[in-house]
Amino acid sequence: MKLIRFFLVGILFGIVMTKSEAISWFRIQEMFRFQSFHMYGIIGVACLLGIGIHVMIKRTTAKDLFGNVIELSPKPKTYKASLLGGTTFGLGWALTGACPGPLYVLLGHGYLSIGVVILSALVGAICYGALRKVLPH
Amino acid sequence: MLELISSPWHWAVSGLAIAVVMMLLLYHGERFGVSSSFKAICSMAGAGSRIDYFRYDWKSHAWLLVFVVGSVLGGYLASSVLASPEPVQIATSTQHDLAALGIDTPQSYAEGAGFVPAEIFSMTNLTSPAGVLLLILGGFLIGFGTRWAGGCTSGHAISGLSNLQLPSLVAVIGFFVGGLVMTHLLFPFIFSL
Repeated sequence: MKLIRFFLVGILFGIVMTKSEAISWFRIQEMFRFQSFHMYGIIGVACLLGIGIHVMIKRTTAKDLFGNVIELSPKPKTYKASLLGGTTFGLGWALTGACPGPLYVLLGHGYLSIGVVILSALVGAICYGALRKVLPH
Repeated sequence: MLELISSPWHWAVSGLAIAVVMMLLLYHGERFGVSSSFKAICSMAGAGSRIDYFRYDWKSHAWLLVFVVGSVLGGYLASSVLASPEPVQIATSTQHDLAALGIDTPQSYAEGAGFVPAEIFSMTNLTSPAGVLLLILGGFLIGFGTRWAGGCTSGHAISGLSNLQLPSLVAVIGFFVGGLVMTHLLFPFIFSL
């Protein structure tokens, strides 16, 4: 079944996030204090390789496992939303030391208080949905 | 071999592994972006009956929900059978800065621990109103902000920048504006309370 593959990739992701220590609140503090290269190295390498992967996919019009051409759709050009939403998220990222991926991984580590953060993030998403029409995008 | 995997990874190996995860998702016809799971979960729970934003076929994100459940299990495995032989090592300068805020650094933690500070995430904190408020505030900012920005670290900083998307670069600049304000301006205030 197709979904099992995503389950396995998810397990890999959880291990990668832990071993890279990208889920560490302390690593995020190092990053925002510019006191270690660690997080910049991780994101930098991932992006450089990612650029190569994306160029290759476009050049070769690569197909996915199911034979469909992989389409790399552009992000919507909602710059105000990117900046304002991004800043809002940044405040939460520094406070909790976790972005959405690591939140789930940390739950697996047994930090139950992270459950409160996840539930609150869902409430935040609902509030965004409700206020979307009045927010600048 | 197990020992090698269990030890903390070099940043270059980590970056490579993240690129592999992104490539695997592309190969399976999907795009790397974890914060969409918030939208999918709210939609699955029925938020679409009241709010347009959640009125979409959340089953199109079923793969992401399965991925997320997998990452919880991955986190469990990485902290149990693959537990690191040492706590997280962080820069001495960061240790000093955090000590000034009253936060213990991982040096004092047990092996394989020290991913989050007890001062914020301990269970006893769940019984103090100020502690719970901090967790609720942080989570709210993450959920609200990532949906407003249309992505988080995976969707914008990794996927978006890899695809040379200008909106993603703007979002990452926003991440840093928020992160720097919280760390340098708000932390001294929050942790003096």
